Amino acid sequence: MSSDFSEFHAAFFEESFDAIESMEQSLLILETDATDPDAINTIFRGAHSIKGGAGMLGFSELGHFTHVMETVLDQMRDGTQTVSTHVIDVLLRSVDILRNMLTAQQQHAPLDPGSFKAVLEELVALEAGNSASENSEVTEPQPPEEPPAIEEPASVAQQYEYYFDLRPYPNFFSEGIDPARFFDALSELGALEVSTEVARVPKLEKMEPETCYLRWFIKLTTDAEPEQIKGLLDWLDGHCDYDFEHIPLENPTDNEPGSPPPAESTTEPSAATASPQESAVVETVKESDAKDIATSKPSPTQATPRQSTEASSLRVGIDKVDALINLVGELVITQSMLSRFGDDLDMLEVEDLRKGLAQLMRNTRELQESVMRIRMLPIKFSFSRFPRMVRDLCGRLGKQVEVQLQGEQTELDKTVLDKLSDPLVHIVRNAIDHGIEDPDVRVAAGKSPTGLLRLNAYHAGGSIVIEVSDDGAGLDSQRILEKAQNKGLVSPGDSLTEEAIHNLIFAPGFSTAAEVNDLSGRGVGMDVVRRNINDLGGNVDIHSKQGQGSTITIRLPLTLAILDGQLVRVGTETYIIPLVSILESLQPSPQNVNTIAGGGEVYRMRDQEIPIVRLHRALSIEPDNHDISDGLIVVADVEGGPVGLLVDDLLAQQQIVIKSLEANFQQVPGLSGATILGDGTVALILDIPGLVQHHLKRSPAPIASAA
Amino acid sequence: MQQQTSPNLAEEKDSTRGQFLTFILDNEEYAIEILRVQGIQGWDRVTPIPNTPEYILGVINLRGSIVPILELRRRFELPSIDFGPTTVVIIVKILDNGNERTLGIVVDAVSEVYSLPLDEVRPPPEFSSEKNLEFVKGIATVDDKMLILLDVDTLLGDGSFRQLNTPIEDVA
Repeated sequence: MSSDFSEFHAAFFEESFDAIESMEQSLLILETDATDPDAINTIFRGAHSIKGGAGMLGFSELGHFTHVMETVLDQMRDGTQTVSTHVIDVLLRSVDILRNMLTAQQQHAPLDPGSFKAVLEELVALEAGNSASENSEVTEPQPPEEPPAIEEPASVAQQYEYYFDLRPYPNFFSEGIDPARFFDALSELGALEVSTEVARVPKLEKMEPETCYLRWFIKLTTDAEPEQIKGLLDWLDGHCDYDFEHIPLENPTDNEPGSPPPAESTTEPSAATASPQESAVVETVKESDAKDIATSKPSPTQATPRQSTEASSLRVGIDKVDALINLVGELVITQSMLSRFGDDLDMLEVEDLRKGLAQLMRNTRELQESVMRIRMLPIKFSFSRFPRMVRDLCGRLGKQVEVQLQGEQTELDKTVLDKLSDPLVHIVRNAIDHGIEDPDVRVAAGKSPTGLLRLNAYHAGGSIVIEVSDDGAGLDSQRILEKAQNKGLVSPGDSLTEEAIHNLIFAPGFSTAAEVNDLSGRGVGMDVVRRNINDLGGNVDIHSKQGQGSTITIRLPLTLAILDGQLVRVGTETYIIPLVSILESLQPSPQNVNTIAGGGEVYRMRDQEIPIVRLHRALSIEPDNHDISDGLIVVADVEGGPVGLLVDDLLAQQQIVIKSLEANFQQVPGLSGATILGDGTVALILDIPGLVQHHLKRSPAPIASAA
Repeated sequence: MQQQTSPNLAEEKDSTRGQFLTFILDNEEYAIEILRVQGIQGWDRVTPIPNTPEYILGVINLRGSIVPILELRRRFELPSIDFGPTTVVIIVKILDNGNERTLGIVVDAVSEVYSLPLDEVRPPPEFSSEKNLEFVKGIATVDDKMLILLDVDTLLGDGSFRQLNTPIEDVA
């Protein structure tokens, strides 16, 4: 391949994978509503654009495969191919093949022709199974459209009839010109009739979507003066040949009553644009529906104008965004440095300076929030894969499940989103595999044979909450308890609350699945899920009622890059404790400190005894003094109960920018990162769960018990 | 005296020579390829990190990045000395499994920049007792002085380090 094209490869792959996502979603929509024209068109467009790109870049197998898909899709579009479950099935598998082909091409890996031969044959069979001739060319021009319902004012102004013959140059569209605007402007002036000559439009395979093959004949009845109309034609210069004449009318003519404008057509104004070339201008595929708008489904406002001159979004390399975020982080640090100086200065003399600094702080904070939002993506990027996955799972397991997605627009940081994917997949698989029962079991239990899987996401406080609920069998506490006892996770004498029993499923090596299948049940799942989510700074919980179903709740911070921290001092060093982990802080009184056998220390707090972790010991730092009552205790919220952390002093609370220790060094147990304080020094961020686990393992840990 | 100190332009373009920054550690002179040196700065306080080997003194803030500081004496299992006015920290760029990392090493003093013909760099000689020479890339001689070329990529590694001490007889 010529080296000129290699820079297009990356863009082609990105866009193709996106197109495949849309195609897949649309196929699922088609399954429930076989007439949805948007879905069909989305799929068709996806295949077509992949085919075009593949052709240009020389990916012949990909191009050929997509071409066959396109042919079938075209038949679906014009109704010569019924949209049956079988067809959808084949197309879904084709989409999978496409994905594999793209991945293989992207990684320069060889593609085994055998892998897609079967699907290809099925596609060909579908195509051939239709007697209607391939309708790959739409050559009949639409009849002149009814004019839009712009009412002519009943005036006696001089009326003209203008006739335009527009012959755009082939590169008309790639110049970024949107003829719709021209038609829009004209239609506002009077009664507009447009007819399009499409004779030059080639067969679909040969057509270049960016090239203009059209010619428009326009008739406008208006009282606008020729000069005004001529002015409107200025934009055509250099892009289009045109003829233009006008005929003054003797009497003001009555307007033809316009048809109601197609209310749902999105970016195309009224019915004026009779350009049925479906691939040339994206949204016009709805053209044929325009007249039947009352009966067709309302169009979701998804049609993106391909030639729109204002882009509503743009692709930005993530490294650019990261660089920007780093810079803003630096700005925050600098700003806090300056603020500290501002605090010390004499108020009278430097009131302006202080005002300026306060302003700087506000601006910086806003800037930071804006920038952090750049990396936020709606969670639907993660949710969207589940309908398909559930569908396939159900097929394999013989179950029926309906998927409901809520809160798809809830946004979270891209890195959190990426890391959330695998845990979510496992949780959903579990729910389908172990949660939701077989249809006959469900019916016997008085439930509908179709189970419900609901994914919900919303913001709460500074976190994002994701719920996965099912109305399946719920957790069997008895079995779980037995299994835990067998594995030695629980001693026979222990009494646990139902909730504690449910939480046992997160223990390593735990699985009560009667058989381990390749989907789940190997017992390595839920503990990894919990660990992954904890690593992200979040937590996961399960609530379940036997016979009714379960809900797994994941709570995650909205962003990984900043956190609200409590600065504490141990000896000469400053550390950060995430504010979200802190329950309270207190000054210990000596009489509440107790030692227990084995050397551990506990503090009696109201009605419970909490274990004490001496941070100076955990961090190997020389503290101010060793007596607990001379220090302060920060009560931290840790799995398994509150723990008291002994520090020398509490300092400020502030928002800190998390810096990685791993970039240049490595992950250190007990630390979750570092930050740079206002004075330029480095402060370490404590990983409280890690520290507590490590410290309490060394000396025998007392279990927090109610008095 | 053919002391090759500062390179002249002709030598810079000569790909048969390399430029090296040398420093003193326990009376030995070590050399690092100049391209790996990002900077030299004086000693300043570091933030200690728990649960790390003794030779890792802690981390500093280097223009917004968290950079670990390593005391080379301890890394070579030599006795520590007090940090004085000549104590410097050389900031180096290392490659760890293809990842670029920045690291600071505390040395006794910085010496010079030499331009050396690359074919004069010899592999380190075998010692009588088993010594791990994983930190040494080679040996070179300049004016009867022996330079030990340091392989900075190994400094952070978790391979256990065995002693590199005994002054080597000058074979030249």
